[in-house]
Amino acid sequence: MTTPLLTLTDRGLHCPDGDFTIDPWRKVDRAIITHGHGDHARNGMGHYWTAAPGVPILRKRLGQYSPVEGVPYGERRAFGPVTISFHPAGHILGSAQVRVQRGDEVWVVTGDFKREPDPTCAPFEPVLCDVLVTEATFAYPIYQWPHPDTVMEEIYAWWQRCAAEDRPAVLYTYALGKAQRILAGLNAFSREPVWLHGAIDGLTRLYRDAGVTMIPTVPVSEMPRSDRGAGRLILAPPSAAGSKWAKRFRGASTGFASGWMQVRGTRRRKGYDEGFVLSDHADWPGLLRTVEDSGAKRVLATHGHTDALLAHLQGLGIEAQALATPYGDTEDG
Amino acid sequence: MNAFAALLTALERARSTGRKLELLTAYFKGAPAGDAAWALHLLTGRRPQRIASGPELRRWLGEATGLSEAVLEATYAHVGDLAETLALVLPPPPADITAPETSLQALLEETLAPLRGAGAETRKRALLALWRAYPQAPRLWLNKLITGGLRVGVGEGLTLRALGQAFGLDPAVLQHRWMIPQPPSAAAFEALVNPDNATLHWAAPYPFCLAQPLRDGALPPHPSTAVLAEWKWDGVRCQLVRREGNTALWSRGRERLEDRFPELAAAAEGLPEGTVLDGELLAWAEDGPGPFVELSRRLQRKRVTAALQRAVPVRFMAYDLLELNGEDLRPQPLAQRRQCLEALLTPSPAPALTFSPRLDNTSWESLTALRADARSQAVEGLMLKHEGSAYESGRRHQSWWKWKLDPETVDAVLLYAQPGHGRRANLYTDFTFAVWDRGALVPLAKAYSGLDEATLERLDHWIRRNTKERFGPVRSVTPTLVFELAFDSAHAAPRRKAGMALRFPRIHRWREDLTIEDADELETLKARLLPHG
Ligand SMILES: [Zn+2]
Ligand SMILES: [Zn+2]
Repeated sequence: MTTPLLTLTDRGLHCPDGDFTIDPWRKVDRAIITHGHGDHARNGMGHYWTAAPGVPILRKRLGQYSPVEGVPYGERRAFGPVTISFHPAGHILGSAQVRVQRGDEVWVVTGDFKREPDPTCAPFEPVLCDVLVTEATFAYPIYQWPHPDTVMEEIYAWWQRCAAEDRPAVLYTYALGKAQRILAGLNAFSREPVWLHGAIDGLTRLYRDAGVTMIPTVPVSEMPRSDRGAGRLILAPPSAAGSKWAKRFRGASTGFASGWMQVRGTRRRKGYDEGFVLSDHADWPGLLRTVEDSGAKRVLATHGHTDALLAHLQGLGIEAQALATPYGDTEDG
Repeated sequence: MNAFAALLTALERARSTGRKLELLTAYFKGAPAGDAAWALHLLTGRRPQRIASGPELRRWLGEATGLSEAVLEATYAHVGDLAETLALVLPPPPADITAPETSLQALLEETLAPLRGAGAETRKRALLALWRAYPQAPRLWLNKLITGGLRVGVGEGLTLRALGQAFGLDPAVLQHRWMIPQPPSAAAFEALVNPDNATLHWAAPYPFCLAQPLRDGALPPHPSTAVLAEWKWDGVRCQLVRREGNTALWSRGRERLEDRFPELAAAAEGLPEGTVLDGELLAWAEDGPGPFVELSRRLQRKRVTAALQRAVPVRFMAYDLLELNGEDLRPQPLAQRRQCLEALLTPSPAPALTFSPRLDNTSWESLTALRADARSQAVEGLMLKHEGSAYESGRRHQSWWKWKLDPETVDAVLLYAQPGHGRRANLYTDFTFAVWDRGALVPLAKAYSGLDEATLERLDHWIRRNTKERFGPVRSVTPTLVFELAFDSAHAAPRRKAGMALRFPRIHRWREDLTIEDADELETLKARLLPHG
């Protein structure tokens, strides 16, 4: 019996024949990175390969001189007897699925992905494979995303409501990917500058450098202290909620953009005034469609909530198992 | 239905009481009387009978979506709320289809009511059609009506305030009319909110005066200095109404109880025409109050047998006189009402009808000593009332104070967890706790209140990672965590596995310093709390 192409070790999803590890969470020499989110791209690896558009993000996270090599989407690289290539995952700028081939055996690791349109990154590209390692963050049939255009309209309408009441509208959102997707979406509605928390401002600059068109933005730090943001839309990471930084925006209406906002209990418990259902992860139909498009006979699911997905796939006659990884621990979805 | 669903959605999102009041007022102003009647009924906590059981709904959902039982089970466990699971799993109706204009009244009376008790096939077809017709947001509330699980959480007080504002009614008048429960109908609603309606049902009790809890220490100041002290009886708060040759006994929950307590109805015949007494209904042993569970036995029976009447004698312990000879005494100071009450019930017309004695209130020391003795008197503590106060409704006044006993406590092990409701529907907040019985853990009590949000979140996280088994939404966890539960009293409960039950158990604190070996033993608890065996 030959060794499995990929196997889960205490460091990550490891390829023994190619001697590399995908999205390792402990020190390895050769790391293949699906995308720049903190639970996938960690410090301390000997060498990094990632999809070319993701390089600036990775450098920002890991340090300007870290050993990161960009590989254009679709281009093949040989690691011993194993060939790998990156294919767009539609999750955030530079996010990729990793296709791993040995002889005629093909595995695909989706990393985080979504099937909805997103003007900030290349759209998901289905890749045929024998074994699919898929994320399963929102793997319940209650997660069926509304069209993102509708959500952008809702966000804009909320901003306008707040402006009419002369209040700031503070929207909490994941700083990498989601924030820029919203800024790109709002460009269709307004040229009024959006204020950015420092954590979002730096990443947004990277997106602008990559040629992504977004609504004008200004860092909050450059606005006069006396301006309390009435009528403004302000984007901030969830960690800023309730902080001293947020106190400046007196009387603000708060919003949160996340797939988790689909569930009423979570929405109410988080305590934001508004919940916008907007996710950079695949919803239930997106996951099923991706499994089907891949043609995989075997599916391994990561990222937490796998029970419903496994039961469903097994019902379709697909061999399906869970993979216990620490991904998803730091992401808000 | 759409306006009511929109109201519920908006109420759930409203952050302040003021905003909720605004929303409710606007709804009542705009709704047709038939809809408003039903809305009032539902908002004040009455629930419609369910139309389908949980397993039925899940089966039909499976048929409608092609999803397997295992998938739906896992999804339900994730959401924690069946009505919401149903609303979200079903695909949204096409965007160009608008929700039906059916009124709330028509939906409840014409669509849903006939389905109750109908065959499974009929109910299924009707519900599938409803699910297809409504978008996700109203579908959730529709499902809450179908499952009988609607809880709105605005409270009766706020709803009535809004109703009063909407129709320009004096809150006192509205609350008084409200005391007579009516089946929801346009006519009843119009009578309730008509400012010119002067007639009141003969049996109408007065809105109850409620006490505020007093922490240890001094009584907040009040213009009248004298304080009346009484026992805080552990029974059912009631008003006994004698008018037009008839008797009505009302619980605070606006339930008529006189048929269950014929001995009180008989005793009330000795009262003068136009009398209303406020007091406590108690099970009465030879020389003092019996345990609350005894009274429950009487409350559970709509028609009482002579045998039960003999087995569980009861007493109405009057502590206020609200009406005498048809005159409303509520504006009079308590001292005066009290004098009239004592005169009226001396001698008492029947053993079942007496007044609550005054206690020695000469000093805080004597009150403190009395309170310390409360448990041996089988009462819950002390009541302190300002003698100069008028009888005011509700809790927003400073006239009545309850000074309860310190609670009993037990250290127990977390065994099962279940999601809460509403805001906490996908958070594990309802817990079952166990104590040791000959080396095994036996469930003792369920408790859900007492932890703050942050602790609940932390606990929820722990529960998800330490789940042993799942039974629908319930999870059993590896016995690890110990909690201190507080409760008011304990009583024998032969049908429970533990053989005893706690009254008002709530979580006092998470004893992170204890391990499960430190939890209490059932035998010692029984010895401490059930002295009679
Ligand atoms: Zn990610
Ligand atoms: Zn991730």
